[in-house]
Amino acid sequence: MEANNNDALVIGGVSLTSRLFTGTGKYGSDTIIPDVCASSGSQVITVALRRVDTNAATGNVMQHIPKHMQLLPNTSGARNADEAVRIARLARAAGCGDWIKIEVISDNKYLLPDGYETAKATEILAKEGFTVLPYVNADLYIARDLVNAGAAAVMPLGAPIGSNRGLKTKEMVRILIDEISLPIIVDAGIGAPSQACEAMEMGAAACLVNTAIAASGDPVAMGRAFGEAVRAGRAAYLAQTAAVSTGTADASSPLTGFLGGM
Amino acid sequence: MGFSDLLSQYDTLDMAAYLAGVTPADVERVLAKHSITPLDYLALLSPAAEGMLEAMAQKANGISMRHFGKTIQLFTPLYLANYCTNQCVYCGFNTANKITRSQLTAEELRKEAEAIAATGLKHILILTGDAPAKSTVEYIGDCSRILSEYFSSISIEVYAMTQDEYAYLIDKGVDGLTLYQETYNRSLYKELHPKGPKRDYDFRLDAPERGCMAGMRTVNVGALLGLESVWQRDAFFTGLHADYLQRKYPATSIAISPPRMRPHVGSYEPASIVSDKNLVQLVLAQRIFLHNVGITVSTRESAQLRDNMMPLGVTKMSAGVTTAVGGHTSDDDSTAQFDISDPRSVDEMCRAIESKGFQPIFKDWEPF
Repeated sequence: MEANNNDALVIGGVSLTSRLFTGTGKYGSDTIIPDVCASSGSQVITVALRRVDTNAATGNVMQHIPKHMQLLPNTSGARNADEAVRIARLARAAGCGDWIKIEVISDNKYLLPDGYETAKATEILAKEGFTVLPYVNADLYIARDLVNAGAAAVMPLGAPIGSNRGLKTKEMVRILIDEISLPIIVDAGIGAPSQACEAMEMGAAACLVNTAIAASGDPVAMGRAFGEAVRAGRAAYLAQTAAVSTGTADASSPLTGFLGGM
Repeated sequence: MGFSDLLSQYDTLDMAAYLAGVTPADVERVLAKHSITPLDYLALLSPAAEGMLEAMAQKANGISMRHFGKTIQLFTPLYLANYCTNQCVYCGFNTANKITRSQLTAEELRKEAEAIAATGLKHILILTGDAPAKSTVEYIGDCSRILSEYFSSISIEVYAMTQDEYAYLIDKGVDGLTLYQETYNRSLYKELHPKGPKRDYDFRLDAPERGCMAGMRTVNVGALLGLESVWQRDAFFTGLHADYLQRKYPATSIAISPPRMRPHVGSYEPASIVSDKNLVQLVLAQRIFLHNVGITVSTRESAQLRDNMMPLGVTKMSAGVTTAVGGHTSDDDSTAQFDISDPRSVDEMCRAIESKGFQPIFKDWEPF
């Protein structure tokens, strides 16, 4: 593991040693957030601006986010690019910093992201100096648009948000990892640590996990499990997994046998 | 195709016979599916399903945890006025009822807003009777402007309006629309609404859709349970209405309320009694049918029942409730619409929610 100490993920000039991003939604109590941050080792946490109430004396989610965490406000509630841009600017004005996770969702049934509107918002916000992390479908064309628009990373979904169904978009995510120069952060759908580990083994730069931790029986323990799974997956990726046998290594009729006689 | 066209497709369905024919095996098959059809939803409202509530509850709880987590959004109603020109036979505001009528002035509204805001609430639902000449759209708009200084989300539960009127109110700060059809039974509707603008069934039926088209963020539909002799009819059509709106207006967040009739001034008796068990069954069926819709359970229900329903799919609850005009700053309830069953303050509701392992959510919207 020594070799991995220099394996930092750098986004927007910030160097991260943990590749697990966490969230703030769906907890039975926000008071558990610091413990989840500690057990998981996460350094990046996303929060919906719609939930932030800077004037509230109590019951403000921001009070529970440890100071060392990199805040990743998101544009939950935005239905198009214009609304995402306005929410991002409000987040910055509210003191939430320059990082923004763009969520543009105009389908409340499936909560699937609108790639076209997301790319438009990304372009505008990147020019305004935001570090933009867009949440999108695992689609090569959208990802290329996001690269051109100035995104800092691409966040494809593993499965519909909140579904806990795992890495259903695996083959599409693999294409993004192979073809896109930006960090690929698998966001949404991951339901178990083994699935996060699988994404990291494939070469994902990080995973964002909220529901699977918050809605688990023990969020602190589940946070720890995800932290360890992401580390294990990353270590396996760096170590380069041994080749898988195809079962044809000792073929009885070798196709290259003729070379021996030449 | 409009919603009334969809409704008419069920004109020939003998609902009582369908419900009686559902077997436990049918219910099991429905529960094994990932997504269910409208008739599957109806099966979950059947007597057979009533005997399988635990299995339904486990499924509904799982769906709710994934989509909403352990959270309950809090809000409170604020009655602006109780003038009414309708004669809804089941309502305390019925124009024939001799109750004190009033309407808040801007100054009174600010006092109400300050009293509510002091409890920490950020979401508010404003109500009026159906008296467009008295509680005009402009009056409601002016009130919304004032309330937007205190609250992050403003919903309306007023008379049915045109799309332009909804758009006007959105411009004044309104983001949510709650409008109950009361009953989807057209002939019964006429009987229950003998006079006044609310008598127009179709204008009311299409109002939630006009709200969606105008750009409301949230549209909440419902029927008043107990008006229909077979309670499953209105329960079914409410689910169908929500499903219709969600499919046609995916950008709008659709919500459902299952209000049961409560004692009120006047003597109308419910045509059916929806038991606690049936109410639970309905909420479970709604959650299994419509994974992402909000479900609101109001203080029409008792504290004990509301507490026990938190993990079953409910997403939104009222707290610190009064149904009287000016009730947040005065103990005079002579203007009240109906008696509530759960009088707990916002603070008490928070403690109750927390004791269930859930988190009370005050703010879940940011106007921009």
